[in-house]
Amino acid sequence: MASGNRSQTAQGLTLITPPFAYAVLVLAAPLLTILAYSFFKDGYLTVIREFTLENYSTVWADPIFHRIMLRSLVVAALVTLVTVVLAFPVAYFLSFVVAPQRKSMWLFLITIPFWTSYLIRVFLWKVILGYNGVINSGLKTLGIIEQPLTFILYNVNSMVITLAHAYAPFAILPIFIALEKIDRSLLEAGRDLGESRAMTFWRVTLPLAMPGVVAASLIVFIPTIGDYVTPALIGGGKIPMIANMIQAQMLDLDNRPLGSALAVTAMLIVALISLIFLALNWRFLKVRQ
Amino acid sequence: MTTPKSSTAHRASVAGAKPMIECRGVQKHYGDYHALRGIDLTIRAGEFFSLLGPSGCGKTTLLRTIAGFEDISSGAVLIDGQDMEGVPANRRPTNMVFQSYAIFPHLTVAENVGFGLRRDPRSRTEKAAAVEEALEMVGLKGYGARASHALSGGQRQRVALARALILKPKVLLLDEPLSALDRKMREQMQVELIKLQRQVGITFVLVTHDQEEALVMSDRIAVMFEGQIAQLDGPEALYARPTSRRVANFIGVMNFLPARVLGETADAVQIEAPGLGRVDIPMANVSRADPGDEGPSVGFRPEAVSLIAPGAQGANRVAEGVIDEVVYYGDMTYYDVRLDGSGSFDGKARPVRIAMRNVFGREVQDVGTRANVSWSPGSLVLFR
Repeated sequence: MASGNRSQTAQGLTLITPPFAYAVLVLAAPLLTILAYSFFKDGYLTVIREFTLENYSTVWADPIFHRIMLRSLVVAALVTLVTVVLAFPVAYFLSFVVAPQRKSMWLFLITIPFWTSYLIRVFLWKVILGYNGVINSGLKTLGIIEQPLTFILYNVNSMVITLAHAYAPFAILPIFIALEKIDRSLLEAGRDLGESRAMTFWRVTLPLAMPGVVAASLIVFIPTIGDYVTPALIGGGKIPMIANMIQAQMLDLDNRPLGSALAVTAMLIVALISLIFLALNWRFLKVRQ
Repeated sequence: MTTPKSSTAHRASVAGAKPMIECRGVQKHYGDYHALRGIDLTIRAGEFFSLLGPSGCGKTTLLRTIAGFEDISSGAVLIDGQDMEGVPANRRPTNMVFQSYAIFPHLTVAENVGFGLRRDPRSRTEKAAAVEEALEMVGLKGYGARASHALSGGQRQRVALARALILKPKVLLLDEPLSALDRKMREQMQVELIKLQRQVGITFVLVTHDQEEALVMSDRIAVMFEGQIAQLDGPEALYARPTSRRVANFIGVMNFLPARVLGETADAVQIEAPGLGRVDIPMANVSRADPGDEGPSVGFRPEAVSLIAPGAQGANRVAEGVIDEVVYYGDMTYYDVRLDGSGSFDGKARPVRIAMRNVFGREVQDVGTRANVSWSPGSLVLFR
C-alpha cells in the first residue's frame, strides 16, 4: 500500500510539474516582484532599492484610497449580488426544467457572449446605455421620455449592469453544477415529509446549492474588484475603482513602489473578505454528498 | 430465516380490519408506455403488504401514485376512505422510505429525523424528546448529533425509518428499502422491520423484487407483471399454489412436466405425466396456464419431493430416475434428476430439480447413480 501511494504521489507530482512551473513563472514571479517593489523607495522616475514601510503608511493614510477601495468593494458586492441573484434562476431552470438531452445545448448557448471580446461587450453596453444609445433613442422615439435618462450611464448603475452581464456565465455554471449534484429523491423526501415546494426549496435545495452559490460569489466578486476596463469606459473615468488608481500610480505618476503597495493592500483586503465569506459558509461547504 | 411466530395471529387480526388503501382501476400512461394497466387492490389497516415483481413491472410506479409523486391517468386511489385525487404528496397521510434513503446530507441525524416536525405545535424540548424516542425505536439512541453523511448504509436506513415514523403516518411506504444492504444486514433488518411494524401498528407497503424478502415479511403479497397484478395472496398460498406458471417461476424454483388431462370430477382433475403416471390433482391445486405455455403442465417445488434410495418404499408414490448433477450448498444439496419416461405419454426422460436438506447421517449422492423420487399428489400443481 505504502509503496503504491508513494509511486502515485510521484506520478501526481510529475503530472503537475509543467503547469506548476508555468504558474510560478507567470503568476508567482510577477506577484513577488510587486511585493518586493512595495517595500522599495520611490526616487521620482527611478526606484531606490532600499527597504521602507513608507508606501504602506501613505496608502493607509490616503483618504482617496479609502474612498476608492470602499467604492470598489461596494461595486463588486453589488455586482456579485445582482449576478448571483440573476444567475440562480437560470441555473435552476437549466438543472430542473431543461430535458437532460438538451442541457449541453443550453450550456453552449450560455457561453455565446464569450465569443466576443470582453472589451467589445463593454463598448456595446456603452452603445446601449449612452445618451444617444439604444435605450434613450428608443424611448425618445416612442415619446416616453423627452430628455435622455442619465442614471444609466457613467455611474455605478451602469457599471453594475455591464459587469453583471459579463460575469453571468461564471455564476451560472457553478450553481448549475451544485444543483445537478442534488439527489432528486431528497426533494421528494422534503415533499413527503410535509413541506410545500417553496419550503422544500428553502430547506433542501437552497442549502445544498450553497457550495455553488459561494463559488459563484467568489468567482464574480474577486475579479470585479480589480476590474479596470468597465470603470474606465462605462464609468466614464469619473468614478475610478482600485485598478484605475493602481494604474494611475504605476504609469501616469510613475510611482511604482506606491502603486505596488496599493496593489498588495487591495489584494490582502480581498483575500481577507473572501476568507470571512468562506468561513460564514463553512456549514454549507463541508457537506459531501 | 423464518417468519416470527406471531405472523399467523397478526394476519388473522388484520384480515377483518378496515381498508386503508383502495386502488380502483388505476391506470398510468407515460406517453405510449402503459405502466399500470388497471390495478384493483385493497390494503387493510395494519397490514404488512408487499408489491413484488421484476423491474419494470410497475410496482414502484404504483407505490409512487399512492405517495402522490405520480398522477394517475385514470381510476382512483383512496387512503383511509379519502379520495387522493388532487391531494399533493405533502398533504397525504403517507410517508416514504426511499430506496436511496434520501437522508439530507446538510443536516445532522436529529435534524433529519425532526425534519417533518416544523409545523408541529409542540415545544422545542418536546420535539427533541420525540426525535430521541424515534431514534431509540430504530436502535440509534444517542446518534442525534452525528453528521448524516458519516453514517453507514444500515444506519441511514434506520434514520429514514425514524424520520418517517415520527410523523405517525397512516401508511408507511417502503421502496426497496433493503436492496442496498449486504445479505446479513438485510436479514437482520427484515426481522426488525416486522417487529417495528407490529409495534407501531402502521400499515406498511413494501416494494421489492426479492421474493424471499416478500415471503419473510408480508401478510399479503401482490405479484405484478407488466403493470398488472398476477396474483394476490398470503406468502404460503403464493408459494404452494401459484395461480400461473409465471408466478411459480418468479417465486422460488418450480419443476414443470408436460401433462395430459384425462378426466375431471367435481373435486379433482385426473392427469398423466412422464415419470409420475396417472394422478388425481385436487381442484384447489389447479391453476390456469399462461397464454405462452405449450399445453397443460404439472409443477412441484424442489423441496416438495425427496430423494430416496432405489428400491426403498414409503407412504408416498415413487418415480425413478438417474442423478445428472449435484450442487452442494452446505445446508442443502440440489440434485438434478432425469426421470425415466416410464408411464408417460411420449416416453421421453425429463430433468427435475430436487432439494434435500443435509441432515446428520444423510449422505450426499453421486452423479450417475440411480435414485427414486418420493412424491405425493398433494404437492403437485396443475396448470391447464
